[in-house]
Amino acid sequence: MNNIHITTKKTFNNMKQTFPILIAILLLISLVNSLLTEEIVSKIFTGTMLDPLVGAIIGSISAGNPLTSYIIGGEFINYGISIITITAFILTWVTVGLVQFPAESLMLGKRFAFWRNVLSFLSAIIIAILINFTMGII
Amino acid sequence: MKIKNIEIENNWLFLSIMTIIYIILSITNPTIFNTSMSFFTTTLYQVIPTLFIIFSLIFVFNLILDTKNIVKWLGHLNKKRGWAISIFAGILSHGPIYMWYPLLSDLKEKGMRSGLIATFLYNRAIKIPLLPIMIYYFSLKFTILLTFFMILFSIINGILIDKIVGDIK
Repeated sequence: MNNIHITTKKTFNNMKQTFPILIAILLLISLVNSLLTEEIVSKIFTGTMLDPLVGAIIGSISAGNPLTSYIIGGEFINYGISIITITAFILTWVTVGLVQFPAESLMLGKRFAFWRNVLSFLSAIIIAILINFTMGII
Repeated sequence: MKIKNIEIENNWLFLSIMTIIYIILSITNPTIFNTSMSFFTTTLYQVIPTLFIIFSLIFVFNLILDTKNIVKWLGHLNKKRGWAISIFAGILSHGPIYMWYPLLSDLKEKGMRSGLIATFLYNRAIKIPLLPIMIYYFSLKFTILLTFFMILFSIINGILIDKIVGDIK
């Protein structure tokens, strides 16, 4: 019984600590989503070698349901944007969180958050290249 | 205790900054403010059930798991089992990524390796219910390849995080 009381108190303290970060991160994500519209994003691509990098950067800034990234990615196909760029974009959308970075570093440590995001960004570009290569040979 | 207080102050500082930005926005650009607020309330309603699940999990984990158990399952002693648990838990978990930070922070304090947290977070990108939509937009071949590479790179990233963050003992 005493154990349940201690655990409840511990969980409640955790909630109390987490609440301001979650609300703040939700406010930040909502703001970024309002500013980054599909139209603005599609105008940024120029059809050069830099597109995958640009795609990965936009994906890193964006946040929200992965379904949205698939729909935007699907629209990108219609705009003639390369599969490497689309892959980098949808991968960084779900694995890199620049918007969530403050919350991640507060809760899991700055060093962890920094390196996890850097590695996820680099992985997205490598995976995009690998997918483009393997799609061509399979 | 002092560090804990600084952490709590930082948490409120972040929220205060966001509140100030929104107040300024409501005066300077009401359109963006309204769109953002509408997005915020919709998302908040969507994440409440996930939040409830996560805090219930934190409660249960605090009740039944102690440091010894966490170290045994997700620490440095059993690497293969740790990777497998992180991959499957990451794939099966749902809700926004930031909702999982409190639980992961709690498990980290109890001895979970940083590399496994990175692997868990990477695999959260694989959403089983969304795979049919991905197949519809990008083909079955693309979806299989992407899923395979994501699992592979989640382990590579986990190993690198363990080495870089430096909690390998």
